[in-house]
Amino acid sequence: MPPAVEVTALSRVFVGKSPVVALDNIDLNVEEGELFGLLGPNGAGKTTLIKILSTLLLPSKGSARVLGYDVAKETSKIRPLINMVSGGEISGYGLLTVRENLWMFSQFYGIPGKVANERIDALLHAFGLEDKADVKVRTISTGQRQRMNIIRGFVTDPRLIFLDEPTLGLDVQTSRAIRDYIRTWVRSQVGRTLLLTTHYMREAEELCDRVAIIDRGTILACDSPEGLKKRMNRASTFVLDTTHFDSSVISTIAGVKGVSAEAMREGLRIKLVVENESAISDIISSVGAGGGKVLGLNKSEPTLEDVFIKLVGRGLE
Amino acid sequence: MAVISHLRTLRQAAWLGWQMESNWTRPWLFIIYSIVRPIAATLILVVMFLVIKQGVANDPLMFTYTYVGAVFFMFVAQVLLGATYVIMEDREHYQTLRQIYIAPISLHVYIIGRSLSKVLLTSLSAIISMAFGLLVLRLPIDLLRVDWPLFALSMLIGLGCILSIGIALAGITFLTAKHSTGINEGIGGVFYLFCGTLFPLTVLPPWGQSIGMAIPITYWLELVRRSLYPAGGIETISGLGEFSNPAILLLLAASALVFLGLSLLIFWFADRMARRAGKVDMTTTY
Ligand SMILES: Nc1ncnc2c1ncn2[C@@H]1O[C@H](COP(=O)(O)OP(=O)(O)OP(=O)(O)O)[C@@H](O)[C@H]1O
Ligand SMILES: [Mg+2]
Repeated sequence: MPPAVEVTALSRVFVGKSPVVALDNIDLNVEEGELFGLLGPNGAGKTTLIKILSTLLLPSKGSARVLGYDVAKETSKIRPLINMVSGGEISGYGLLTVRENLWMFSQFYGIPGKVANERIDALLHAFGLEDKADVKVRTISTGQRQRMNIIRGFVTDPRLIFLDEPTLGLDVQTSRAIRDYIRTWVRSQVGRTLLLTTHYMREAEELCDRVAIIDRGTILACDSPEGLKKRMNRASTFVLDTTHFDSSVISTIAGVKGVSAEAMREGLRIKLVVENESAISDIISSVGAGGGKVLGLNKSEPTLEDVFIKLVGRGLE
Repeated sequence: MAVISHLRTLRQAAWLGWQMESNWTRPWLFIIYSIVRPIAATLILVVMFLVIKQGVANDPLMFTYTYVGAVFFMFVAQVLLGATYVIMEDREHYQTLRQIYIAPISLHVYIIGRSLSKVLLTSLSAIISMAFGLLVLRLPIDLLRVDWPLFALSMLIGLGCILSIGIALAGITFLTAKHSTGINEGIGGVFYLFCGTLFPLTVLPPWGQSIGMAIPITYWLELVRRSLYPAGGIETISGLGEFSNPAILLLLAASALVFLGLSLLIFWFADRMARRAGKVDMTTTY
């Protein structure tokens, strides 16, 4: 059985006044049945990859195969088997009702009427959108539209679904419902594959069988969340609390692999990944030299975020 | 199997197109906008033409020629505009183009389906205009003597051809930004000028006549006129008098086939270029 996604030496360049290399010679395999996550900061190339895999965009170089078919040449084989939803997607025919929108797309995929109706009802229920079923799409909220679009993705029962930041901008409860649904969907039937992108470390850690960390168009690591954390063994992670000061010097200190500073009300919370612990004393003195004061220092268990900080050299935002 | 899937797509797209056309909170506004407005635009052109060419109004044959041409050209203008708007609206307004694009449907069928409501509304406009022409302007057309089979056949081929040109323009719209409606107006203008719409081909210079003779719309309009006014001698002024009805029909079918091939090719290229450039789901931000 071919992998669900097989990407080989794939590059994508956007030509223009200043060309952008969105994907730079990446290799990636996603197996059938996997819940796979792409984790990366803004502009990393996540959406670009999803667009290529969902036949919306052509690669510049290299190849990508989806469910065994080439994305450039065999689109008509791929399209019936996949679907794609982007988070923050407010799209939809505003003059139709939620149900009419979903019905129309189910028909484009040739879902028999009875099955389509049953699925639409079940999905509306699962995403708490029943009371909006017969309301015109132009009158529902952004988050409700986004839920409708997620339903649109699942209503065609694809073998492989791409979700680009599915929980972007949704409230905590809705996000949780979506994560629960995603998990159940992949597990409840053999051969279903789901590829999602996310900004949220927790989401990737909690949901995904495997995660690829992507930055500036390259894949820095690809493993299970546990596997990624194991890579941290040789490095140590610390949380340093200080008063406000210019923390940018820290990343230049020898032995520091990654720094992520977050401004809190009372000062800075700095996550550090260091190669050896002797760098800590240098870091502490740089705090003083920068006019700051150390409020606390704790060694921490490595999280996926630390892996990210170590690989990318900075935090997610 | 493929046929069933295309029919399903056609039905859904046509339904969606109709919902959009008739999505007016006030029905009379819908009627004015969709039916009366094209008629008004057409009649204004006829009047302008008559003012320029004084004396035509006294020549019933010439007047019929102009009137019928103007009325049936509405199909060209409306359907071409409608087809490009399918892409424009799905991309910019509803932002559903990427979903439509990756769905396992034929975009050709989808665009045709969405344009069918335009065909329907334009037919209504055309019927009303022709009724106005017969009853008020006293066009010398006798409904009992109209060659209906020829009329039906030429409408069928003509509309098919217009829809295929619409597909090509829709493809080009993939590549153009929101504000560039120039392309379909430009093409529409070419057809208007060179296809004997208001005035016979014979008023054009020889190169202009050659252009006209290469476009199926020329033959379509000629056949429509001949079938509506079989005994009237329209062919004596159109410049196509040397061709019999079957010959014109053949020319229409052949040139329509060439245009169909060209349109599919243009669409294929434009689609490919859009997918290469990442323009399928771009939205034009100002
Ligand atoms: N159509 C386009 N034309 C030009 N450049 C583009 C286009 N689409 C994306 N890019 C560029 O490609 C790079 C990758 O963009 P992409 O949207 O894939 O990032 P992303 O990882 O999805 O980011 P985000 O988390 O912000 O969604 C960015 O630098 C972006 O500016
Ligand atoms: Mg993105």
